[in-house]
Amino acid sequence: MNQDEFVQISKREEVCPGKKGKLDLDAVRAEIDKAAKHGPEYWRSLEELAGNPEFQDALKREFPKGASEWLDSVSRRGFLKVMGASLGLAGMTACVKLPNEPIVPYVRQPENVIPGRAMYYATAHTLGGYANPLLVESHLGRPTKIEGNDKHHGSLGGTDIFAQASILGMYDPDRSQSVVSMGDQRSYAAFLSAIRGPLSAQKALQGAGIRILTTTISSPTLADQLRALLKVYPQAKWHVYEPVNRDNVLEGAKMAFGQPVETRYDFAKADVIVSLDADFLYGGFPGNVRYIRDFASRRDPDLGQMNRLYVIESTPSATGAKADHRFPMRASEIERFAQALSSHLPINAPTGGVAGDNPGFSAAIVQDLLSHRGSSIVIAGDHQPASVHAFAHAVNQALGNVGKTVFYTDPVGANPVNQSESLKDLASDVQAGKVDLLIILGGNPAYDAPADVNFAEVLKGGKAQLRVHYGLYQDETAELCQWHVNATHELESWGDARAFDGTVSIIQPLIAPLYNAKSPIEFVSTLSGQPDASGYDLVRAYWQKQHTGADFEQFWRQSLHDGWIEGTTYQPKSVAAKNDHIGWKSTTDTAIELNIRRDPTIWDGQFSNNGWLQELPKPMSKLTWDNAVQIGPKMAERLHLASKDVVELELNGKKVEGAVWIQAGHPDNSITVTLGYGRRGAGRVGTGQGFNAYELRTSGTPWIASGVQIRKTGATYELASTQGMQSMDTPDGGHRPLVRETSLEEYKKEPGFAREEEVPQGLTLYPRYEYEKEQYAWGMAIDLNRCTGCNNCILACQSENNIAVVGKEQTLLGRHMHWLRVDAYYQGDRDNPKAFFQPVPCMHCENAPCEVVCPVGATSHSSEGLNDMVYNRCVGTRYCSNNCPYKVRRFNFLLFQDWDTAQYKMMRNPDVSVRSRGVMEKCSYCVQRINEHRIDAETASVREGKEIGIGEDLQSACQQSCPAEAIIFGNINDPNSKVSQWKAKARNYSLLGELNTRPRTTYLAEVRNPNPELES
Amino acid sequence: MPEQYKSTTDLERAPVIEPGHTFGTVTEKISAIVLTRPASNGWFIGFGLFFMLTMMMLFAIGYLFLKGIGIWGVTIPIGWGFAIVNFVWWIGIGHAGTLISAILLLLRQSWRNSINRFAEAMTLFAVAAAGIFPAIHVGRPWLAYWLFPYPNTMRVWPQFRSPLMWDVFAVSTYATISALFWFTGLIPDFATLRDRSEKRWVKMVYGMLSFGWRGSARHWHRYETMYLLLAGLATPLVLSVHTVVSFDFAVGIVPGWHTTIFPPYFVAGAIYSGFAMVLMLAIPIRKIYGLEDFITERHLQNSAKVMLATGLIVAYGYGVEAFMGWYGGDRYDAFTLWNRLHGPYAPEYWALLICNILIPQVLWIRRLRTSPIALFFISGVILVGMWLERFIIVVVSLHRDFLTSSWGMYYPTRWDWMTYIGTIGMFLAAMFLFLRLLPAISIFEMRTLLPEAEVKE
Repeated sequence: MNQDEFVQISKREEVCPGKKGKLDLDAVRAEIDKAAKHGPEYWRSLEELAGNPEFQDALKREFPKGASEWLDSVSRRGFLKVMGASLGLAGMTACVKLPNEPIVPYVRQPENVIPGRAMYYATAHTLGGYANPLLVESHLGRPTKIEGNDKHHGSLGGTDIFAQASILGMYDPDRSQSVVSMGDQRSYAAFLSAIRGPLSAQKALQGAGIRILTTTISSPTLADQLRALLKVYPQAKWHVYEPVNRDNVLEGAKMAFGQPVETRYDFAKADVIVSLDADFLYGGFPGNVRYIRDFASRRDPDLGQMNRLYVIESTPSATGAKADHRFPMRASEIERFAQALSSHLPINAPTGGVAGDNPGFSAAIVQDLLSHRGSSIVIAGDHQPASVHAFAHAVNQALGNVGKTVFYTDPVGANPVNQSESLKDLASDVQAGKVDLLIILGGNPAYDAPADVNFAEVLKGGKAQLRVHYGLYQDETAELCQWHVNATHELESWGDARAFDGTVSIIQPLIAPLYNAKSPIEFVSTLSGQPDASGYDLVRAYWQKQHTGADFEQFWRQSLHDGWIEGTTYQPKSVAAKNDHIGWKSTTDTAIELNIRRDPTIWDGQFSNNGWLQELPKPMSKLTWDNAVQIGPKMAERLHLASKDVVELELNGKKVEGAVWIQAGHPDNSITVTLGYGRRGAGRVGTGQGFNAYELRTSGTPWIASGVQIRKTGATYELASTQGMQSMDTPDGGHRPLVRETSLEEYKKEPGFAREEEVPQGLTLYPRYEYEKEQYAWGMAIDLNRCTGCNNCILACQSENNIAVVGKEQTLLGRHMHWLRVDAYYQGDRDNPKAFFQPVPCMHCENAPCEVVCPVGATSHSSEGLNDMVYNRCVGTRYCSNNCPYKVRRFNFLLFQDWDTAQYKMMRNPDVSVRSRGVMEKCSYCVQRINEHRIDAETASVREGKEIGIGEDLQSACQQSCPAEAIIFGNINDPNSKVSQWKAKARNYSLLGELNTRPRTTYLAEVRNPNPELES
Repeated sequence: MPEQYKSTTDLERAPVIEPGHTFGTVTEKISAIVLTRPASNGWFIGFGLFFMLTMMMLFAIGYLFLKGIGIWGVTIPIGWGFAIVNFVWWIGIGHAGTLISAILLLLRQSWRNSINRFAEAMTLFAVAAAGIFPAIHVGRPWLAYWLFPYPNTMRVWPQFRSPLMWDVFAVSTYATISALFWFTGLIPDFATLRDRSEKRWVKMVYGMLSFGWRGSARHWHRYETMYLLLAGLATPLVLSVHTVVSFDFAVGIVPGWHTTIFPPYFVAGAIYSGFAMVLMLAIPIRKIYGLEDFITERHLQNSAKVMLATGLIVAYGYGVEAFMGWYGGDRYDAFTLWNRLHGPYAPEYWALLICNILIPQVLWIRRLRTSPIALFFISGVILVGMWLERFIIVVVSLHRDFLTSSWGMYYPTRWDWMTYIGTIGMFLAAMFLFLRLLPAISIFEMRTLLPEAEVKE
């Protein structure tokens, strides 16, 4: 190298972005002097020693300056677009040589792995400790789609939204990716050495200074480990806290039976169901997936006796929407209502003198319950006080339901303590200086603890000397702990958990941890001095200990394969309710009550950073991305409030501001807010959305608080609802029969009430295709009677079809991308309307209005009747969407897909194209699944030497995950297929059939079963 | 009463060209604007302003290409917004030019001679402004050429059932014929300019444009034949182009679109707005360039009468739409009518009725028909009204269609406005250039109106 070149290179270094700042030698000298006294012992460079700000900056940055700018996907994308020239240069990369290191081709195929063929593994997802049994689809080692475990009686193929969305949670790029201490990335070994001293110091104290705070744990292995740990440190304490807990359920059971028991229901056998504010048909309620199936199985007017559901509820819920009779009532009055009811039922309970004081409808409910002894269920909501639960237990016992429709078992949670109390005890121990080592195993108490406990302040106080947070995110709690250990997602780790009925599922990892993390079991094993034990060994060892039979290997493999462990289901216990046990505390309070509820989509805030759940419309309001101050229409009128007005809520001196949403059917004098919003440390998706309702929550009144003040601030705030109007009545006084409904009695008289005169064929100018000649004609039928509005189909579709999340701003504009939506309509009295759900996928019209207007033929019909979308051909005129009467087409107005984040690339279903900007998309009836089954059927035909068709095991994604079995998809050319049978039913109708679109998706009209005595 | 009656008879009509002109003065007056009169400061200011607006439009379009159609207010269910509204509006405006130059030629309405040239230029620029929108409003504009049936390796053809496809043919044919017609008409005048200009390069430019026109009898014969043929071709286009544009809507299933009245009512509306634009241009031009002798009260009156007539057809169209909404008994059509009258866009609908039906009725008054200022403002009102009409048809029909769950609202963004105002800028900038570079009034056709041109047997 000659001199010139050398000079050039050094000049180049000067302009490179990682250029070092000028080193101040005086500062270095000063620091060396200081270091002699109290400066850092080791330093990496003179810059660090001198406290050079650029070096500090470089420390915080994961990548050198300039390099990390490339991580900002937006600017990078923009840059690429401007640099059209780079396209021309792109071809040159093909000239790069292979690396010099030896690389090995994929010569031998691993057993069972066929590229392009998905494998399914049984595992589970837990929420509040309850396992949701799953089958996870995996493409070449990448989990891509969650399905329910159809062999498990807790699922039977269905899932709930939280399980569906967990796949996005696992690939979330904002998850914590390393151990962090005081803002620095550290290794797990560094954590081990940091904790070794304190732990051995505690040995001498018998662990008196150790506190472990967990969320609800049902994992037998983890519980066993924790108990073993407590044996080593007998003075240590295990606290449990989760904001959405079942304390009231537990207390109710204790009140009734003197012991904590779990209640399990069999809705398939119940003819009459009375729900006291229980939303048991919605995701998150333990056993909801199974309960929806059982409930729906009794909603077919043609099959046996229909059940009858009475719902007395405060906040309108999906369960209330399905009720045959729904009675809005303030949450705080429900106890009084139960009390009044108790005097009419043969139970041993004091009435407290409110006997005669009950609304007119209760007599009919009592009558119905009394005439269905042994085949009824009274169920109380998790947020109702213990006395209401005790009342429900008493009624179920008195009516002889126990052992028939209601069962009592051991609690599913491994440590059934009152969680509010548990957290309070922990906080006071910390304040008293009793805690030296606090280990927070999951959960985010700094954010979600009750306001009076104020756990963030407790942590900030620093009285707990060493604080360790183990969790998925570097959240609000991690910020206040010296050490944060990153956790594995359930899809990455070995574990086990109990379903609502106690059945244990082994949690199998679908992929190696993305970020070198430890599972909870491995983490706890570290605490007990076995840092190297693998999760697999620990879980297996635990079950080997439990196993009594002969061949453990066989048992183990069977359990992993099936997704549950034989014989672990809790057997019903016989427990007797105590006499006179109900401790009524009902009051006649007329102050405005505040209902604090879990959020229907982001739960307690743990799913804040999950874009699918944030953008999933809440079942009743169809709001996305925000929580709201829900009030009833009467209250809004009285207070002159409109939706989107910002109000200030004040309770016990705490204030929060939120936007009003007028919710039809919400009781008067009552406000509902949901938890989980207003987070500061959720991540890119969740931070800053909505307001934090935890501010108003105290441990004394976690769910229902009285005396809230509401004040209009004069400001407004945009709320993004995905539904234009929630009424089938148009403002001109007209009515559109979109959802058709009748009562059971009327239905028996006139089964074809929903049918319309068929539009004669041949009314179109274009020749008709003879679909009858084809082997297959795909069609779908949706039973509105079965659908419970659980929203599961939306997420199943989103996951299966790689549907983008667009964000709040775009949702506000109406540009959400869901291929399938669930419309919620209200009808009648705004204070107590009837509510309806209607899932709307593409109708795949035989006379599709979208097809004739596309100038480039990008949407056209297949011979089997699919309305296909050819993304590559689409130029994006949006004419098809304008002409679609069902408005099921979705357009990529901007580049909605994230093309850059590596994690999302792994998550996507490889069988479905990822759409780009400017292209129309819509429901394809899961054409990729049809073709997969077609290939299978054709191969089988060749192999067997006879014609084998696509069978009934072909399911669309929405159908497969539907816990209610409300969606049936299949071949309508086969008269014996289930979809053909459904379409032949009298209550089958076409939405907007009068337009002669001849939709392939049809609906089975809703039939309700009201009590004739209450029909006036 | 008799006085008024008398004043509208043929006898008292204002002349098409003021008396006292000769071949020489006509030629001199018109060609002077291009050749000898220096460009005024006003021209530079006006042109500069509109040129800047054009640049703003290009900026808005550039950003659109970079980010995507989502920068506009369009959404689901309102898949079409300003782009299509503006497209239909501009195409409609263009129609008056073709009507004046072709149909009135065939009908031997010689008064057209003084306004046909710039009316044709207006057509051309309006079609150019209109043509921008369909190309840029698609989601992937770089693939917009797929709408043309060109031989390609994909072996895919456009979908000929789609009205958008028909639009492509209608509009491209219209643009081609309009350009040819306009250029053909200019050839004799190019020769005049060539002969009268003094600078050599100017002579060369006009010389090339005039295709060697020498004014021989044979030239005139061929010219007349070709002009007549092109007029014959252009005449059906006046009716067909907007008919096809109306099919974009009429073929659709959307309530408010799906009606058979659309073709005639669109054509009438097009001519209505076109004449309004002609007047809005003619009135200042005749004032500024002192062309009151050539564009006389007669022209203003005739244009006003055409507006009155087409305006009444448009009003009839609204009436039929409303009547069928009520009488047809279809719940969706009935609601569309209700929604126009009472829905969230009701102010726009009432404004439309006022602009298009109510205010133009003053044109029954002769004094207003002959008042340039009044006509200028009424024309402006009509242009606004016709724009609103397209807004009502496109946006208001779409925003509340069949399923109440999918109803939505449309809010144009600043990019929508920038693009729209930008096309107005481009249109006017082109008009400014046209006035300075080409004879705004057909010189040779004006000369045929003079008494000297009368051939005595």
